[in-house]
Amino acid sequence: MGAMDDFLLTGNGQAVALRTVPRVEFQGFRRAVVTAVAAGARLAALPVRPLPVQPLPKRAMAPGSDLEILAVLALPDCARLGLLAAVLPERWPALTPDCPAAHWFEREIAEQWGVEPDGHPWLKPIRFAPPYRGRSAGLAPPSIGRTDFFTMAGIESHEVAVGPVHAGIIEPGHFRFLCHGETVHHLEISLGYQHRGIERAMLGGPSPRGIHYMETLAGDTTIGHATAYSRAVEALAGLTAPARAEGLRAIAAELERLANHIGDLGALAGDVGFLPTLNYCGRIRGDVLNLTAQLCGSRFGRGLVRPGGVFWDAEGERVDQLLGSLETVRRDVTGAVTLMLDAPSVLARLEGTGRLSAETARRIGLVGVAARACGLERDVRFEYPYGIYHLAQLPVNTWPGGDCFARAQVRWLEIQASLDFIGEGLADLPAGPCHREVPELAAETLAVSLVEGWRGEICHVVGTDSAGRFAFYKVVDPSFHNWFGLALAMRGQEISDFPLCNKSFNLSYCGHDL
Amino acid sequence: MLKIFQERCRQKYRTMAYPDGPAPELPDRFAGKPVLEGPCRPDCDACRNVCPTGAIAIAPESSAGLELDIGRCLFCRSCEKACPEGIIRFSREHRLAAASREALVIGTGPRGPASARHALATRLFSRSLKLRQVCAGGCNACEADSNVLGTPVWDMGRFGIQFVASPRHADGLLITGPVTANMRLALEKTYAAVPEPKIVIAVGACAISGGPYAGHPEQGDGAASLVPVDLFIPGCPPHPLTILDGLLRFLGIVREDR
Ligand code: SF4
Ligand code: SF4
Repeated sequence: MGAMDDFLLTGNGQAVALRTVPRVEFQGFRRAVVTAVAAGARLAALPVRPLPVQPLPKRAMAPGSDLEILAVLALPDCARLGLLAAVLPERWPALTPDCPAAHWFEREIAEQWGVEPDGHPWLKPIRFAPPYRGRSAGLAPPSIGRTDFFTMAGIESHEVAVGPVHAGIIEPGHFRFLCHGETVHHLEISLGYQHRGIERAMLGGPSPRGIHYMETLAGDTTIGHATAYSRAVEALAGLTAPARAEGLRAIAAELERLANHIGDLGALAGDVGFLPTLNYCGRIRGDVLNLTAQLCGSRFGRGLVRPGGVFWDAEGERVDQLLGSLETVRRDVTGAVTLMLDAPSVLARLEGTGRLSAETARRIGLVGVAARACGLERDVRFEYPYGIYHLAQLPVNTWPGGDCFARAQVRWLEIQASLDFIGEGLADLPAGPCHREVPELAAETLAVSLVEGWRGEICHVVGTDSAGRFAFYKVVDPSFHNWFGLALAMRGQEISDFPLCNKSFNLSYCGHDL
Repeated sequence: MLKIFQERCRQKYRTMAYPDGPAPELPDRFAGKPVLEGPCRPDCDACRNVCPTGAIAIAPESSAGLELDIGRCLFCRSCEKACPEGIIRFSREHRLAAASREALVIGTGPRGPASARHALATRLFSRSLKLRQVCAGGCNACEADSNVLGTPVWDMGRFGIQFVASPRHADGLLITGPVTANMRLALEKTYAAVPEPKIVIAVGACAISGGPYAGHPEQGDGAASLVPVDLFIPGCPPHPLTILDGLLRFLGIVREDR
């Protein structure tokens, strides 16, 4: 325990009064976080919030001390979340050199608040958005994609720059490969093109648009983010959604996982030129989206999850239809995927490509499919169960190796697990209502809501002001943790392996850019 | 090899009969074109209070009749649920696309689908339309349901419609997303790289009006803020059938029955 003594322990989807979060001076904060992470804790979020304006002039303060930094640590050993806060100085000794998982977070903080971590090895914008506070801090106004990219000098070394507009139908982002011949020495990923200002717009809520921001924050993860949001709101309102609603949310979440994993396996097949599986999976993915549309009318689950429960119930006849269609999906997808994973030509391309070690994955704080494909048992459904996952547990599917094959294999294992889960969940839906009215939110309260989206851990950290309105709203999409993993997986690869590696991670641009 | 053939037989031929045959049936809960019936109660603003995007307004020249702008609508049904008189109802009509922005504003009473036909596109591109897709802040749902038209079920290649990798190979752009400030320049350049004559298609509430992000300083309220738009396809996201229908009527491949 020791390392965790400084932290307030709380649970997934639990509300705590903001004033009960322990506050220490920054050096102590830094030491506690670094020690805890070295001892096996994981940095789930590192939000910063402006401290409420004091009515009376405060004691002489160091500049920048109107900001507070909050560490949200996931402690898998005790299935708890640890919270610790400190006043954030204008400049602070960066955590990153001692805790690499903090490096993207510290870049975000510097960009959003115009403050500076000293000794950060790689300080540049992640979204190219203007800071929340109008301070210059010597930073030029951001201009998308303009930054100090790493360079490499030498004969035959060259750079390949791709994007923001790519060849296929995908979201925009900029990739810069530092190559020597065909070999990639480093890949620098520069995002921000999708920035729509979601976190800023959430402040002062809940508002009628809130749920729509959540449903479209990463539109392929509508159920994931809408559920994380709804559970956070419910925690702040002191409400538990009805069991039937939690059952339907989980079914929709597993359908979302199913559709995306099937689409990804098809796309991987396409990238290695194995067309039968590409074509079958493209269609089967659509069949699964249509199952979600049976539930709520929308192929992406729009309009289903709402704070307080779900908007649509599933009556007996609908359940029977879904169960029938599910069996067809199971048959089709088994045929399509077995074909691919039995083909030596496919395996030869997947195996050993884009490898990440378990140690690297742990150090950079990888989550979700990518982490499980490095053999790490990281799955919110299992570690910090919520809703119906308390009762209906899913196995954590891992695979060693950390390569493209492992990421494909984990998806295939999860497809089978989700199919079973949905079947059992539909047959076994708890009775009762599927929605409750949401009362006012508690004032000066904090809630952390974790959900296992199909890419990995989704974390929402939400706090209210004295009137029960959102005073801060922090979203951490799994892609936020994992983009750097893709960059590392590309080291030493041939540049032609990039499409395959990229697909094997399939990260969200808009989920990152917010 | 044998296994591949076996599996091929088992997975069957799946391309839909539409448009020669019937359109695929949409789920009972699908929210298509809204229907507005009858005058509102005076002073009632239940629907306007819940609408996240301000898509509903009182029609200027009618006594308390409503107007609903499906170019802003997210099809969330909040208004349908909130209306005490049952005046707003969502039908399963999937034909939502229109060639003009004004035609997306729906008034009281029944009306056929708005015209999506485009004279130039019909003349030049009805046998071959190559599109470059640009995501300018889209959430990946509009993108996914455009992309799906290339899969064997929808197979828009049947009509000579195809997404291509370079704007230089394209006859036009299919734009999704509200046009974020950070994508403005890239979209401008991509548009400039498409040879004339060119067309632009805006898919989804974001690309038409900014959608859920309308009014945010981080974006531009849609594609028309930057380039002239020739076809608007509403939805959040539009169903693939809505997109395909829009493309086919735009090109005159499917006749407009009004
Ligand atoms: S369905 Fe459309 S018009 Fe109705 S509330 Fe939702 S966004 Fe507004
Ligand atoms: S219109 Fe809706 S579905 Fe389409 S990109 Fe915008 S938010 Fe996503």
